[in-house]
Amino acid sequence: MSNTVAVASHPEPDNNYWTAGYGLKSWLLTTDHKRIAILYLIMISVFFVIGGLFAVLIRLELLTPAGDLVSSDTYNKLFTLHGLVMIFFFLIPSIPAVMGNFLIPIMIGARDLAFPRINLLSWYVFAIGGMTTFAVVLFGGVDTGWTFYTPYSSTYSKTAVGLTAIGVFITGFSSILTGLNFVVTIHKMRAPGLTWFRLPLFVWAHYATSLIMLIGTPVVAITILLVFLERVFGVGIFDPALGGDPVLFQHLFWFYSHPAVYIMILPSMGVISEVVACFSRKRIFGYGFVAFSSLAIAVLGFLIWGHHMFTSGQSILAGMVFSILTMLVAIPSAVKVFNWTATMYKGSISFETPMIYVFGFLGLFTVGGLTGLFLGALGLDVHVHDTYFVVAHFHYIMVGGAIMGYLAALHFWWPKITGKLYSEAWAKLSAIIIFIGFNLTFFPQFLVGYLGMPRRYHVYPDEFQIFHILSTAGASILAIGYAFPAFYLIWSLFRGEAAPANPWNAKGLEWTVPSPPPKHNFDTIPVVKEEAYDYSRLEEEVV
Amino acid sequence: MSDHRIPKRIYYLIFATLLLFTMITVEVAFYDLGILSFPVALGIACFKSTLVILYFMHVRYSSGLTGLFVSAGFIFLAILLVFTLLDVKTRDWQFQPDESGISLVVPF
Repeated sequence: MSNTVAVASHPEPDNNYWTAGYGLKSWLLTTDHKRIAILYLIMISVFFVIGGLFAVLIRLELLTPAGDLVSSDTYNKLFTLHGLVMIFFFLIPSIPAVMGNFLIPIMIGARDLAFPRINLLSWYVFAIGGMTTFAVVLFGGVDTGWTFYTPYSSTYSKTAVGLTAIGVFITGFSSILTGLNFVVTIHKMRAPGLTWFRLPLFVWAHYATSLIMLIGTPVVAITILLVFLERVFGVGIFDPALGGDPVLFQHLFWFYSHPAVYIMILPSMGVISEVVACFSRKRIFGYGFVAFSSLAIAVLGFLIWGHHMFTSGQSILAGMVFSILTMLVAIPSAVKVFNWTATMYKGSISFETPMIYVFGFLGLFTVGGLTGLFLGALGLDVHVHDTYFVVAHFHYIMVGGAIMGYLAALHFWWPKITGKLYSEAWAKLSAIIIFIGFNLTFFPQFLVGYLGMPRRYHVYPDEFQIFHILSTAGASILAIGYAFPAFYLIWSLFRGEAAPANPWNAKGLEWTVPSPPPKHNFDTIPVVKEEAYDYSRLEEEVV
Repeated sequence: MSDHRIPKRIYYLIFATLLLFTMITVEVAFYDLGILSFPVALGIACFKSTLVILYFMHVRYSSGLTGLFVSAGFIFLAILLVFTLLDVKTRDWQFQPDESGISLVVPF
């Protein structure tokens, strides 16, 4: 970046949020949205490493057809903890809690979120939930899968299901508090002139995400609490032996957990909109359609949960209805992908690191989305249900989509967050390694899944080994790719060149404040007089 | 939060009404109303929760936007119930107790 963007250096302001207070107490009791974002960043990075270590052990075990590294019970615990940590403690909070917390107030011209203390509370709740779930490892782990399917979880599992349930239950409140804060902030604290249709699409995406958090999270929290009640007190809700219905659990669980996929991917889509517009030097094509497609995804996402249950004993009629509705959610997703592509058409495209991640996102999300349509088709899903085809599909969405978006965001706004520039060469190399490693890891899983390899087994027929060797080799490359940013980003904190206020020459209120931003963002609240992404005007000004 | 000041007597009145309907709930439970048992119990619960939402949560005195968000919660609850019941009511199997009293899944 420092090599490609020539701008005047900007003196570091004395009152930026990093230097506004010193000592642990100034961080742990802060109500500054930017500092809370940093607290989240540190915590989710730790969880990402922990979840990644579980993945490493899984992939090493699967190198050979025999179960020779860990026992079956340990393997069950490994994939359960990998899923739990990655979903509840990394993917769901990643972009909203880090980037959303940091950027939304600045993007809308506000000095903080609507409820700063609740924002800090959400981090503490997240930390307590995380520590509780981490304690599960010390108590021997949990083996139900991240999906907690009953009656195994509520009656038969001998592992620490109750403690895990408490951890996830607590963490859910963190998500609710963050969603509440975002909705109120976006409604009430926009700068003068910043109408809904002048908002950055990052903000629209987070608004839609917050609606899902508010509406869906209470359902999964109560559902997991019901599992706890049945397990501890024998209240018959899901176990047929107690008069319950195990399929009811799946309805309640997936009512949240399918929309949760959109909690992970919608913020990422918001990031893509910002980065595509900046590095194509164009206003987003079809701004209104992209904005409303976020809301459409949020709403339609609540109508399709039954496609996870085609083989569960759900009725054929319900299966058919859910299958048809599943096809509908492809429409707003496709609207976004086509509109980003149309934005790039005849744009002045440059290939800085965030844009490389965007290209990665577009390819991987498209593959993940299209294979999602395969799985939404009732007849085909019965064939590939619970195989590695499903594992590959959701990793293309969650890793290929959500994490690519997260890394794009991290690289795009890193100079703004830290006031430092990173090495563009290392960053580009890392992005390419991640793309190659990801595909080598997960594409073979489509093939081995289609051939019949079930998920969640560590012993498998010999003929599947070549696919697992490829996958493990890819995971090794992917791990190296993920390790690179940890080094060059941290290095940039100490040795990086000072970042100017607007290193990418980008549009948006966050680029009008110094890097890093002052404690209260704006001395005077800005008045917005132009559309979002008005790059044509910016280009004219530069000329 | 609305600036509307709500007289204390309204709170006491709502509180008394909630207590009254709690007693009615308990009383009704002693009568066999047949197929009406469930709708009556649910009706009383809905009435009580509506009072709590409108008065104790101040929704009656809040903006239309707050009302919209409250309504959205119920709309999505309806979606959850309708689609779940769509499955439950159209299954071609059900749970049935056997001689030992344990429920079993019995295909038709």
